Amino acid sequence: MTYTTVITVRNLVKKFGSFVANDNLNFEVYQGEIFGFLGANGAGKTTAIRILSGLSEPTSGEVMVAGYNAKRQPEQIKKNIGYMCQKFSLYEDLTVKENIMLYGGIYGMKKALIRERTDALLEKLNFREYRDRLISDLPLGLRQKLAFSVAVLHEPKIVFLDEPTGGVDPVTRRQFWELIYETADRGITVFVTTHYMDEAEYCDRVSIMNEGKVVALDTPAELKRQYQAESVEEVFIRIARPGKNEMS
Amino acid sequence: MKRFLGFVKKEFLHIFRDYRTLIILFGIPAVQILLFGFVVSMDLKNAQIAFLDLSKDEMTQKISDKICSSGFFRRGDNLLSFKDIDKALRGNETKAVIIFEKNFGQKLIGEGKASLSVITDGSEPNMATLATNYVTAIINDFSRELTGLSAGGTLLVQPEVRMFYNPSLQGQFMFVPGVITLIMILICALMTSITITREKEFGTMEVLLVSPLKPVQIILGKVLPYFILSFLDVIMILLLSWFVFGLPIKGNLILLLAESMLYILMSLSLGILISTVAKTMQQAIFISLVGMMLPTILLSGFIFPIENMAKIYGWVSAVLPPRYFIVILKNVMIKGTGFLYVWKETLILMIFTAIFIGLSIRNFKIRLQSEGGRR
Repeated sequence: MTYTTVITVRNLVKKFGSFVANDNLNFEVYQGEIFGFLGANGAGKTTAIRILSGLSEPTSGEVMVAGYNAKRQPEQIKKNIGYMCQKFSLYEDLTVKENIMLYGGIYGMKKALIRERTDALLEKLNFREYRDRLISDLPLGLRQKLAFSVAVLHEPKIVFLDEPTGGVDPVTRRQFWELIYETADRGITVFVTTHYMDEAEYCDRVSIMNEGKVVALDTPAELKRQYQAESVEEVFIRIARPGKNEMS
Repeated sequence: MKRFLGFVKKEFLHIFRDYRTLIILFGIPAVQILLFGFVVSMDLKNAQIAFLDLSKDEMTQKISDKICSSGFFRRGDNLLSFKDIDKALRGNETKAVIIFEKNFGQKLIGEGKASLSVITDGSEPNMATLATNYVTAIINDFSRELTGLSAGGTLLVQPEVRMFYNPSLQGQFMFVPGVITLIMILICALMTSITITREKEFGTMEVLLVSPLKPVQIILGKVLPYFILSFLDVIMILLLSWFVFGLPIKGNLILLLAESMLYILMSLSLGILISTVAKTMQQAIFISLVGMMLPTILLSGFIFPIENMAKIYGWVSAVLPPRYFIVILKNVMIKGTGFLYVWKETLILMIFTAIFIGLSIRNFKIRLQSEGGRR
């Protein structure tokens, strides 16, 4: 199989004063894959995502996202990615339709196109009757699904999900992941961070960060084999706990 | 540009959907103006005045008639003795008592001098001063009339009284500039800092920053609706004070509106600055209210004259932008002076604006770069 690379990170270093948040990161992400980005709090995940999404500049190293250089062309990157964060990213006092129109507009989509995709999206999610309802009237699970659909409304090359399923019940999480699979099947790369280790099993490949470094990167199956573990959770605990570090 | 307009529209939707915002935007200014206006101006219409006439001659009759037909007072009881004065004033209805001395008319004609006393209710100081001033003025007017007693003199009484009182009537409306100044700081600084910190708190700011919108567009988009609405507020306040209280704008209207825009701009940049410092909406509210509202009310010359303040408060007042805008408004609106008289204050407001914007940009950049390390 040949892979098209959509994210290339080479020798990425990010320092805040004397604190090194990202210590020489190297990895590639391929088109259409679901890339799990794991790590304990403070491991440097958020810093890396901010650099990848053009929000902050790397101290050194080369970062290419969707064919653009993160240091020199952050504006181009922003047009080609979608983003959904752990805190809820829709406006509660606007209706479903207004939220969709707003984000479509921000990404420079034509009105007719927004309308067309809105209809398709609402149809797919069984959302028709919610069209003119305020977001605050929707249950959390629906909001999360909608937020994700809005984040990929403009068909970006890559969508970054920063702990998208925080505080959601297992059934909704399951449905949410079905949406993620569908999106990846359409060729959109999904770059996801999560705290739920069962979700890590759903990813095509998983990278685990610890103290600013990527210490493991492979398919869940391969990681489990290497670490002789039952689950990704076990792998993660071995890596993230100092003293039990069994790097291969 | 289209992206930007969509974003501005969304901000308007936020405002119009939230009735609390609307109340703050339009309810509070209207209520404040009406409240201040009526509380201050209603006092001296038809205030009841009682007379203790110890002389009962033609002169005292004329004077009391004149007072009671001025429109400011209405005739109350005719008191019979000094004992009644206290009773009358305690009755709450009577606001002032006038005592004519014995043989008032005779003395006035014969000696050219006669005295009368005005007794007012000191528990309502504002009322008491106004009543005293008005009565004094009416008496002065009467004696002037008496000395130049030529034909047609009595007919001239009414217009003369009015002209005489116009200046002090305007004095009552000194609160309008104060209210405009206060309201603008409230709406602009408070509301913008809240609306920006709200996006931060709800996490939507992250999404916006990752979007193709530039940070400048985000801030402008959030602030522009408030700029427009605040400006409408100024116009609403001016119209209200004109239609309801008949307060004229003496100076150049364009100059007045331009200065208002500058002040709104200054307040908005202050609001942005607050939002770069505050992490939550509560902090933003606290900084705006305690940091801006109170000093504006107490130290900007809105209620207490700056000249009478202890020196240290005067210095504090010097770094409060509202203080300069009040001066500008009083000059342009009430004194009717032109730009030459307020250029200094205008320049100071511009400097404040520049400082606030500069600090905001600096804070914003620091925040963007350092936040990655957190969380």
